[in-house]
Amino acid sequence: MTATISPLSEVTRSDAALRTFLHGLPGVDRVGADARAAGLGTRSIKTTAKAWAIDLAIRMVDLTTLEGSDTPGKVRALCAKARQPDPGDPTCPPVAAICVYPSMVPTAHEALRGSGIHLASVATAFPSGQAPLKVKLDDTRAAVAAGADEIDMVISRGAFLSGRYLEVFEEITAIKEACGNAHLKVILETGELVTYDNVRRASWLAMLAGGDFIKTSTGKVAPAATLPVTLIMLEAVRDFLDSTGRKVGVKPAGGIRTTKDAIKYLVMVNEIAGDGWLDPDWFRFGASTLLNDLLMQRTKLATGHYSGPDYFTLD
Amino acid sequence: MSRFEYAPAPESRSIVKLQPSYGLFINGEFVDGAGSFKTISPASEEVLAEIAEASTADVDRAVKAARRAYEDVWGVMPGRERAKYLFRIARIIAERSRELAVLESLNNGKPIKESRDVDVPLAAAHFFYYAGWADKLPYAGFGADPRPLGVAGQVIPWNFPLLMLAWKIAPALAAGNTVVLKPAETTPLTALLFAEICQQAELPPGVVNIVTGAGETGAALVNHPDVDKVAFTGSTEVGRIIARAVAGTNKKVTLELGGKAANIVFDDAAIDQAVEGIVTGIFFNQGHVCCAGSRLLVQESVADQLLESLKRRMATLRVGDPLDKNTDVGAINSAEQLSRIKALAEIGSAEGAERWSPACELPERGFWFAPTIFTGVSQAHRIAREEIFGPVLSVLTFRTPGEAVEKANNTPYGLSAGVWSEKGSRILAIADQLRAGVVWANTFNKFDPTSPFGGYKESGYGREGGRHGLEAYLAG
Repeated sequence: MTATISPLSEVTRSDAALRTFLHGLPGVDRVGADARAAGLGTRSIKTTAKAWAIDLAIRMVDLTTLEGSDTPGKVRALCAKARQPDPGDPTCPPVAAICVYPSMVPTAHEALRGSGIHLASVATAFPSGQAPLKVKLDDTRAAVAAGADEIDMVISRGAFLSGRYLEVFEEITAIKEACGNAHLKVILETGELVTYDNVRRASWLAMLAGGDFIKTSTGKVAPAATLPVTLIMLEAVRDFLDSTGRKVGVKPAGGIRTTKDAIKYLVMVNEIAGDGWLDPDWFRFGASTLLNDLLMQRTKLATGHYSGPDYFTLD
Repeated sequence: MSRFEYAPAPESRSIVKLQPSYGLFINGEFVDGAGSFKTISPASEEVLAEIAEASTADVDRAVKAARRAYEDVWGVMPGRERAKYLFRIARIIAERSRELAVLESLNNGKPIKESRDVDVPLAAAHFFYYAGWADKLPYAGFGADPRPLGVAGQVIPWNFPLLMLAWKIAPALAAGNTVVLKPAETTPLTALLFAEICQQAELPPGVVNIVTGAGETGAALVNHPDVDKVAFTGSTEVGRIIARAVAGTNKKVTLELGGKAANIVFDDAAIDQAVEGIVTGIFFNQGHVCCAGSRLLVQESVADQLLESLKRRMATLRVGDPLDKNTDVGAINSAEQLSRIKALAEIGSAEGAERWSPACELPERGFWFAPTIFTGVSQAHRIAREEIFGPVLSVLTFRTPGEAVEKANNTPYGLSAGVWSEKGSRILAIADQLRAGVVWANTFNKFDPTSPFGGYKESGYGREGGRHGLEAYLAG
């Protein structure tokens, strides 16, 4: 909803003003929001619409590996896959970005050179965010210096849940500054915020603080991305654009594994935020296994039959 | 035009085996009627089938069959045996749900997603629910040994053809009555498919009889001297005629008539969900809903913001082919209804209210009306008083809770109402003061077989659904 306080910069003057603003946002009725998301999930996307949606979804994937066992070899393989998701079909578009831990940024930077594929690094003591601000800032600067042009930060859920909104705000602002020209995605970790009211407030908080994207989850906490949570965030970016003129992107991450799911998200983007968000600049999927299902469905649509999983590359 | 164009996703018609003509269903068999009429698809005006028209003599045959079945079989059958038939019917409805949904959308014009996700599952649920009551009637609160009334004459409308049939037939049969039902003239097909389902379930002949026809057939049924109970859902106008016709007879009557429900949105409501509720309230089933939230009462302090959101949402409604799985708003049921909606909308404009519809292309053939809202409406406008029964919303504002209640109650109707607020105490206080049979809080147009439904004032009398719905078919 459009904010009634003007100018918006006033609301971040003090903890009290920020609290008043965030708690003054219209509430979210959980039953209604769930029903709306489920309703949109029944849209039937077929033939030409499906082909268009699959290619768009591939172009929106932030191909991700965030494991303790990640190695330069693994990351190089993933980068090769990002450039050419389907080696058997040159018409298949590349993905939007690779998303890795900061230690893997130099390797990925090298492997992606000249591809136009973005390089995202998680930072700020991902996934818990439980580290001193200085460590988080250093983490961010190091990733940017090594070549990351997108930073996926996590908010301090502890501070948010204990009502220290200004602290969260200031932290995001500081990280944004440390990002320089890199795009900042703010991970709300909605699975830990739990209520939809919290998701709406955290979305506004992240946008007010200068986040370029709001992202649902780290993928390390269940539930990760869900349709209703993404719905709330899409409403938030839509309303934020209305009241400030600044457009913010949305990235659901974690748990989106099938083409069917991805298309449900795209339908929701289309009907909630509007088709202005149907672009990799404004909507991303944080995913790994999703890509192969998209490729499999893409081939099925083009050839009329399914290939086995061995016809698609592992990384 | 959106960059994401949804390709057509039509549900296949092939599951429905339409016959060129249908007879009357009397005493377990399809028989010829005195005359006939054509039934069409309102989305294309295509003729679907030729339907028999029941004369007074045909209605008399049907009532006689029902009487025999009542006296010889159904009225004396133990409740636990009746329940088996009702469970069987419920299961067959569920099994043949796709067929019923397609046929309903074809004949009525409603979107397949509604017939598929609402009408047909709820119809099955009503039979399941009342099947469970059949052997527990002494515990329903209507005496230790409640008795059925006998033969019920039931007349139903065209807006939810199969669902209204279920609302009428399921409790009547559970209580031990037999029925003669007249479906609406424009939507007879699912009732006739239901007749086939009765045959498939091996329901004893005469327990359910279906007589098709128009107003005269309905009048013959209501006026038949051997009918013990009249149940009607439809317009207040026809409801009055029926009430007059049965006055002074021993017939029991329930009437479920029109409405002009207030959907009240307070400034502390969850706005996005309230917008959804407003849309569901008035555009569900093209607004052909007696309990539609056709009057939006919105608190002045959030009115502009809410209307902006509502208009944006309305622009995403997909109007068109009822059989397309992505259609949100289908066809108006008949040329007659369309002209009534058009006439009232013209009156709205002439009275000075501001009319708005999203840009939407309507098909050339068939009966269509774009989702429409009128703003700047006052209580004195006819579009705030009269039931339009179409996708037309009148928007009024209020300043205080007291004013909201006053305006909401200031109508000859009293079927339903909605309250939107994140404040629980306010919802309870307002709901208490609203003179409406159903009050929805932070939702709208939700139905369940366990919940009684019915109106105050000119919206009729008697309750359908739930334990209360049995009362209309029992003598204590």
